[in-house]
Amino acid sequence: MAQFDFSIVTTGEFRGWLVSGFLLSLRLTCITWILSLPIATAIALCRLSSVAMLRGAGAVFVEGIRNIPLLVHLLFWYFAMPELLPETARTWLYDHGAESICAVIALTFYTSSYMAEDIRSGIRAVPATQLEAARALGFGYLASMRRVVLPQAVRIVVPPLISQTLNLWKNTSITTVIGTAELMYQAQRVETASFRGVETFGVTTLAYLSVSLVITALALWFHHRFPVRAT
Amino acid sequence: MIDLLKTYGLYFLVGQFPQGPLGGLALTILLGLAALLLALPLGILLALARLSRRRLLRWPVTAVIYVVRGTPLLMVIFWAYFFLPVLTGQKTGQVTTMLAALVLFNGAYLAEVVRAGIQGIPRGQTEAARSLGLGYALTLRRIVLPQALRNMLPSLVNQFVTTLKETSLGYIIGLQEVAFIASQVNSQVLVHPVAVYGTLALTFFALCFGLSRVAYALEKRLARRPLELPVLLS
Repeated sequence: MAQFDFSIVTTGEFRGWLVSGFLLSLRLTCITWILSLPIATAIALCRLSSVAMLRGAGAVFVEGIRNIPLLVHLLFWYFAMPELLPETARTWLYDHGAESICAVIALTFYTSSYMAEDIRSGIRAVPATQLEAARALGFGYLASMRRVVLPQAVRIVVPPLISQTLNLWKNTSITTVIGTAELMYQAQRVETASFRGVETFGVTTLAYLSVSLVITALALWFHHRFPVRAT
Repeated sequence: MIDLLKTYGLYFLVGQFPQGPLGGLALTILLGLAALLLALPLGILLALARLSRRRLLRWPVTAVIYVVRGTPLLMVIFWAYFFLPVLTGQKTGQVTTMLAALVLFNGAYLAEVVRAGIQGIPRGQTEAARSLGLGYALTLRRIVLPQALRNMLPSLVNQFVTTLKETSLGYIIGLQEVAFIASQVNSQVLVHPVAVYGTLALTFFALCFGLSRVAYALEKRLARRPLELPVLLS
């Protein structure tokens, strides 16, 4: 096998491509995360609602999205959705980086459907008696939520949310199918231009791993710092 | 829509088969199933290594599992795509490449499922078996694994759903699975992307939702039965 020379992909033009891809991957992750959290919370509250229609709508959203691969979501949003838009909106979309916008839309729907389930089961895991006991002790509804229920729910909800964040980070790689210029896209581009497969994919894998390990470490730290207490 | 299904329905289901290689939905299902069945033994081995008392075995395997779980599947597919031919010295087809990537990736995930399954079996079971004179291998084979696997059945069905969804990534290396076929159809028809990709999405939904209901039903059933009885009898 040929000599490995990592300097080819860690200097000059190729390095620039990879770094820009890495930054876009991070940006996709952050934007999607910020958009997903409120949507997921809203869906989780819908699914816990006493109104049957809201519960049904929440279930349709979650099951409908989770049972379709992310790749198919991406293909749909990128190739099919623009056809449904009026001409001006479509032109606007293509003028403003359709690849990234569609990637964020697909990732947001996909991630929020998973996060919604984590939030729902976290809230359900706090026994109703906790709220009742707080109310019986004279706390108002808001105060009992803030001081009794939420502190317990957060401990349960955060670890799965962190692991969803890890999945989100890894899922950004799939957006390469619609040509979003994130890390995986740039890696393929560098590989094609340099014929340095081992070096390119080695560096790319390390880049993915480093962020994954940071997220994993965060999860371990949280688990250690805020363990779930038996109620 | 009806015309579309009439013209491309069969292509969507089985690809160019029987004139060419099997593809489409059939390939997606077969590949997902094969990947899961092959990944399970790998997952069991990795889980046993992770639970081993020997550090020399436990640490490297733990590291490998963390690395694979921290890497996107697409990255694993690219490694397989570019380096299986180098390693084996011959051209590797897309199906083999995808299968290898899926087995490795799912093996690492299943390892954690199996580990949780094994750890969920009360220690008394192992101790009783060992005190009855069964060796390590026999205890695992006759006592621990049958119970653990039975409890894991719902998770395994869910893992199958995940694997089916993951086979769609074969699209990127030109594997003729159902998402690839759908985009082939789309580029031939051109004017009905909503119908084509909508059908693709609905197909996946029907398949995966159905399976996840099965997993849910299994979970309910297992929860009703006591843990020890059937195992003692088998």
